[in-house]
Amino acid sequence: MFFLDHAWLIPVLPAVAFAIILLVGKRLPGKGAEIGITAILASLVLSLLAAAQWIQRVNDAGAGHEGALGFFTTLGRSIAPRAATAGGEHAAVVEPVIHSITWWQSGSTTFGIGTHIDGLAVALVVVVTIISSLVQIFSLEYMRGDRRYTHYFAGLSLFTAGMLNLVVAENTLQLLLGWEIMGLCSFMLIGHWWEEQANSDAALKAFFTTRTGDIGLLVGISIVFFGAGQTFSIYETNEMATNGQISHLVLLMASIALFIAVIGKSGQFPLHTWLPDAMAGPTPVSALIHAATMVVAGVYLVARLYPVFYDGFSIGNGGVNPMVLIGGITILIAAALAFVQVDIKKVLAYSTVSQLGYMVMGLGAGAWTAAVFHIFTHAFFKALLFLGAGSISHSGSHHSFNMKTSMGGLRKKMPITFWTFIIGTLALAGIFPFAGFWSKDEILVAAGANGYSTFMVIGLIGAFMTAAYMTRCVYLTFFGEYRGGDHHGDVHAPDPALVGALHASEGNEELTLEHDLAVAHDDHGHGVPAHGAAAHGGHDEHFEPHESPLLLTVPLMILAALAMFGGLLNAAPFGIEKFKDWVEPTIAYPEFAHADFSYSKAIVSVCLALAGGVIVFALYQRDLGRLRGLTRRSRLASAGYTFLWNKYYLDDLYEKGVVYFIKKPLAAAMYWINQHVIDGVVNGVGRGSVGVGRWTYRHIDQQVVDGAVNGAGLAAGSSGGFLRTLQTGRVSQYGALLFAAAGIGALILVIVV
Amino acid sequence: MLINQFLLLGAFLFCTGVYGVLVRRNAVLVLMSIELILNSVNLNLLAFAMRNGSDVSGHVFALYVVAVAAAEVGVGLALVLLIYRNRRSIALDELSSMKG
Repeated sequence: MFFLDHAWLIPVLPAVAFAIILLVGKRLPGKGAEIGITAILASLVLSLLAAAQWIQRVNDAGAGHEGALGFFTTLGRSIAPRAATAGGEHAAVVEPVIHSITWWQSGSTTFGIGTHIDGLAVALVVVVTIISSLVQIFSLEYMRGDRRYTHYFAGLSLFTAGMLNLVVAENTLQLLLGWEIMGLCSFMLIGHWWEEQANSDAALKAFFTTRTGDIGLLVGISIVFFGAGQTFSIYETNEMATNGQISHLVLLMASIALFIAVIGKSGQFPLHTWLPDAMAGPTPVSALIHAATMVVAGVYLVARLYPVFYDGFSIGNGGVNPMVLIGGITILIAAALAFVQVDIKKVLAYSTVSQLGYMVMGLGAGAWTAAVFHIFTHAFFKALLFLGAGSISHSGSHHSFNMKTSMGGLRKKMPITFWTFIIGTLALAGIFPFAGFWSKDEILVAAGANGYSTFMVIGLIGAFMTAAYMTRCVYLTFFGEYRGGDHHGDVHAPDPALVGALHASEGNEELTLEHDLAVAHDDHGHGVPAHGAAAHGGHDEHFEPHESPLLLTVPLMILAALAMFGGLLNAAPFGIEKFKDWVEPTIAYPEFAHADFSYSKAIVSVCLALAGGVIVFALYQRDLGRLRGLTRRSRLASAGYTFLWNKYYLDDLYEKGVVYFIKKPLAAAMYWINQHVIDGVVNGVGRGSVGVGRWTYRHIDQQVVDGAVNGAGLAAGSSGGFLRTLQTGRVSQYGALLFAAAGIGALILVIVV
Repeated sequence: MLINQFLLLGAFLFCTGVYGVLVRRNAVLVLMSIELILNSVNLNLLAFAMRNGSDVSGHVFALYVVAVAAAEVGVGLALVLLIYRNRRSIALDELSSMKG
């Protein structure tokens, strides 16, 4: 089991690559990219081998092979494996492979760092390394000639290292380390083109929003640490929580705190606002953030510490809990927002938020395996869609992401991108037999079976909406006429919805301005953002959409294959439940109930998704029919559109509401305190210091110190003069002094002793 | 046997030696006086060694002193010889060129 025991290599390789790229990257022929790609490919190989060995271990345990069982140690304490549940399905217990070394020691508390490898970690490690490898290869061409090319690859490597560290983390503290590394890297990469104010604003927003949640993580980890008897170990925490050794109240507090972190990191309502703005970063970064790292970290945290949440939120009882509620809300609001976006990446961003809602809802409804499986499949098709969008902007729409002004009709021009994008869309919409179908369906079925019927319905509505907005996105991008050619200065496509929005906002300069900014989003990085179309005329008059080079399309094809067949790992009706067998923990986690595959529910969800897609496609194909101009004619529709366009005014709430109200009185109070209290203290201290200094100068420095110094000199001089007379140069006198001194010494000795 | 006699003799020799070192001008005589001092010390060492019975460390110490004294006299006489060659005199009170 070499690769399971040495899984620490997987995160360390990209971390080392990061350091090497920073140090010598610029001097290398590939500008550092080759180091990053080599490291991540090595990590990929290691994780695939680790996965193979893990499967071997599971099979051994299933065959009653005792070799996989036994004791293992973490930080010197040995943990006895939980007795296999008698008569249960999971008689074969597969222990995680845990290794830990002492990181540092403080008093009696030891902080370890190590690896905790089980099915969950292995699955995530494989996903992260696959996506990250493909993203880096994609970036080779996509980012060619970028002014911070080397730093970009360094950032990607560190980002991946952070996520891998989080995934294999042995204890919660190490998990926090990976979590924060990712926070930093997302900031660096989203703000990669920081010369534009909007990009650096987006980076700051992402950083601060996730930091809001990170406070919850810190608090939650502390609660868990003390609740579990002063241990950070994930395994021990889980075991104690499962066995009921931690009080329910402590677990409830810990779950709430940790869930706040999940809301921040995984873009759940109401902290989802940073995710769409994070599109300011380069597209491969978006793919990495949305598919493999960052946002998945929050869901992974729940899956990892599931016993804490399971008991804390009483998930087993089937009651409504914060997790399922937030997940459900997120599915719907994010899906609704995706309808009004003109930026293809923002559509995908909101779809990510919505899909993360599914995962969180699944976890909240006790569908652990289904949710983790959804992480797994979602990673592939979401990375595929994002890289597809990158390919479109790279070769099809001239660095613009605006579907309305610079895309359309790309189906013929970019066949590979088109077909892979279609596969990704079908997988995302949950059409049989693509990857998304299996995992999403499993979440819905499990939610229904565990007593969360309402949320199953929400999930079905979400599936309908997902198919609808993705069809809109595909139609605008690939069908119809190409609109990117010669739109000089004409930013506003004659889209009824958009015109309606502008119409509705007549006299509202702010909205129009904001709209322009939103429309102008592009991935140029050459400092000429302005209007997407206006920038075109600038340096390429005869731009013609064409298919992307192989470096871009090969990753797309690989991901498309994974998006097609990845779901078959856990295809219940075919009797394949490999993912469940390999990944589902059998020890230190609660027993998961499994719902049987239901043909009726599957058919309903697929039909809903198909209906959503077909309706939207038909509407667009028939030029929207009577719907054209609806937002202009109907006050209700335009109000709804404006409401969605402004993202439920959540950003306004945060910026003008929360921030303003915190800023204003708090700032005033702080200013007053600053002026009167702090300044008073400072001035007083200053004045006092001056007085003390003056007194010290006059009395101590001038008299005592100077006196001492002068006195020492004088004393040395005069004593020297006296001793000088002793140096007669006559040996006999020296001898006399010697003997006299010896005699006096002897006398003292006699008297004293 | 009392050791008083030895100690008294040692003290007498020591004082004689000290007197010689301090008073005599002739360098050779000063060296001889130093020998007296050393040998008075030897006498004391041997007297105490005898009193301590089987302990031979006093004897060893005395032998050491004899050996070192021989070396010292060798060096001392060489010095005196050199001084004589330079100055045609071995009167110590005239050697005050190192006066401070």
